Amino acid sequence: MDVFLFFLFAAIAVICAVNVVVQTHPISSALSLVGVMGALAVLYLLLGGEFIAMAQVIVYAGAIMVLFIFVIMLLNAGEESKQSKSLVAQFLGIPGFFALLVVLAFGILRLFPNAPRVRFGEFTSAGAEELGRSLFTQYLLPFEVVTVLILIAIVGAIVLARKEMD
Amino acid sequence: MPANLFPAPVEIFRFLPEIILALGGTLIMVLEALTGDRQPKNALGHVSLAALFAALVAAVAVHGSPGPAFSSMLLVDGFATFFRVVVIAVGILTVFSSYRYLSREGANTGEYYALVLFSVAGQGVMVTANELIMIFIGLEISSIATYVMAGLLRDDARANESALKYFLLGSFATAFLLYGIAFLYGATGTTNLTAIRETVLRADGPSPLLLGLAAALMLVGFGFKISSAPFQMWAPDVYQGAPTPVTAFMSAGPKAAAFAIFLRVFVTIFEPIGDRWEPIIWVFALASMTIGNFAALTQSNVKRMLAYSSIAHAGYVLVALCARSDIGTAAAMFYLAAYALMNVGAFAVVAYICGKGEKYVGIDDLAGLGSRRPAVAAALTIFLCSLIGVPLTGGFFGKFYIFKAALESKLIWLTVLGLLNSAVAAYYYLRMLVVMYMREPGEATENLEPLPAGLRTALFTSAAGVLLLGIFPSRILEFAVQSAKLFGR
Repeated sequence: MDVFLFFLFAAIAVICAVNVVVQTHPISSALSLVGVMGALAVLYLLLGGEFIAMAQVIVYAGAIMVLFIFVIMLLNAGEESKQSKSLVAQFLGIPGFFALLVVLAFGILRLFPNAPRVRFGEFTSAGAEELGRSLFTQYLLPFEVVTVLILIAIVGAIVLARKEMD
Repeated sequence: MPANLFPAPVEIFRFLPEIILALGGTLIMVLEALTGDRQPKNALGHVSLAALFAALVAAVAVHGSPGPAFSSMLLVDGFATFFRVVVIAVGILTVFSSYRYLSREGANTGEYYALVLFSVAGQGVMVTANELIMIFIGLEISSIATYVMAGLLRDDARANESALKYFLLGSFATAFLLYGIAFLYGATGTTNLTAIRETVLRADGPSPLLLGLAAALMLVGFGFKISSAPFQMWAPDVYQGAPTPVTAFMSAGPKAAAFAIFLRVFVTIFEPIGDRWEPIIWVFALASMTIGNFAALTQSNVKRMLAYSSIAHAGYVLVALCARSDIGTAAAMFYLAAYALMNVGAFAVVAYICGKGEKYVGIDDLAGLGSRRPAVAAALTIFLCSLIGVPLTGGFFGKFYIFKAALESKLIWLTVLGLLNSAVAAYYYLRMLVVMYMREPGEATENLEPLPAGLRTALFTSAAGVLLLGIFPSRILEFAVQSAKLFGR
């Protein structure tokens, strides 16, 4: 059952991710991205990370994607206009991408032929309590320093986007 | 309540330079909002200078109490102190050379100085980090602040292009780095550099193939940040389009910090698979030197030429990394310090000459600088000589130590090709000197304003620094060798 759920939602995530790129209308792309986020949340849940799954749904699928869609609607972004694609991208990019996937898959299979299989439901250390504990003890400094990162992201957005006052 | 919820005072002390910088940046933003249009001229710049100097003092003071901090997230050692001083010094010189430029362009100063401080704080985090997560966060802070600084002049189409290119390609490169970090975590089960090193050195450690995969992905990320070939494409456009003081900053500070983490990660973690990455770095080093120098030969724009020259200089530092020895690491440290000074200095001269809207950035616009502004011309001569590698300048000893380290590691071909490259490079630097001294003054140099005090300080400080490194290199080099010896063990 777990394996079935995993493959179902993994497939949904991959298909939605491809769809984000393929779609020409920004709203369709954004909605596909919601699908990716939701499917990822289920995968986290299967691994026993309830808190991360909830955070994923609330923060990404909820807050961030709603903002995305608001911005797309405010800008009234229309359909993407087709442009002639570069030959290099067409003839090297796509085969190169598949070649990379094959190499990665081969490498992983070759490296871990007898690796223990993931058994769903065996992880229990990703609850809110454990996360909070390590966030405020071992990972206290990264947690604090990220605030600076978010601060400059806000400042940067304002600097680049505000109206001139004078 | 567990005691380790509260970090010990000494741990906070070890993080003090970055705390000062972040607080300084916040203070500037608050001050700007409070004072509005009533602020005295350059006041916010002075505040940022005060914060930078305080951070510099703190960085030197912190060297007195080395060790890890915050559950080994940071590691204060000689290497960290060295690069902390370099990036803070770059910040100081940038602020000095920005005063006049910003008022000439009528830019918003408050955010600019705050972003400089935050960016330097991010670089400080990078160079002291002993943890891949911290490296990533510091890199992002430094990069995002620099992207915004590049796009600060919003009415300038080239600056917009520069900022957008830098942002898109930079984010793409960071994704590669992150992917590499994920693989490294998968291979070793930890993100702490000390712990990873222990795991890697164990007999039943992770497979070299997996480590190699992580190293390759991280190499892409670092290669972009240090603008080494084949990831150098962005550098000329970005350096040319960004406001000149910002170009000075990003060609020195973020680059030195990126090199610092590059060295730290490759010399500590990936040392056991050194045989595998050495040939790749060899090719990168040679390609960077060759592409940078030959492309610089044909440029007519000074900023673009210096951009290509900066690619070539990344190649020289990679030669030192290729040597895979303590002396090589020390040579890279020395070279980066000298390079930061001479590059910021050269760009500061451009910031002086270029005029409103950066009208005069061609090499021909330097004509007659020697007779109109002998002091500025003398300073530029020192920087160019150092970039060439003329004796008595920091650049000479930098190159000397790098090629010495390379020879000691039996990299004879790379040394020969590197030296040939330096000879090629001499041509385009000397051409600037010829134009500056031998030609009649043109439109740009006829109407030069008197040298502003801030720029004068920046120019003379960096010129003095370059000479100091060239005449008395031994103390700095000794410090670098000491730190390189302890490093990663």
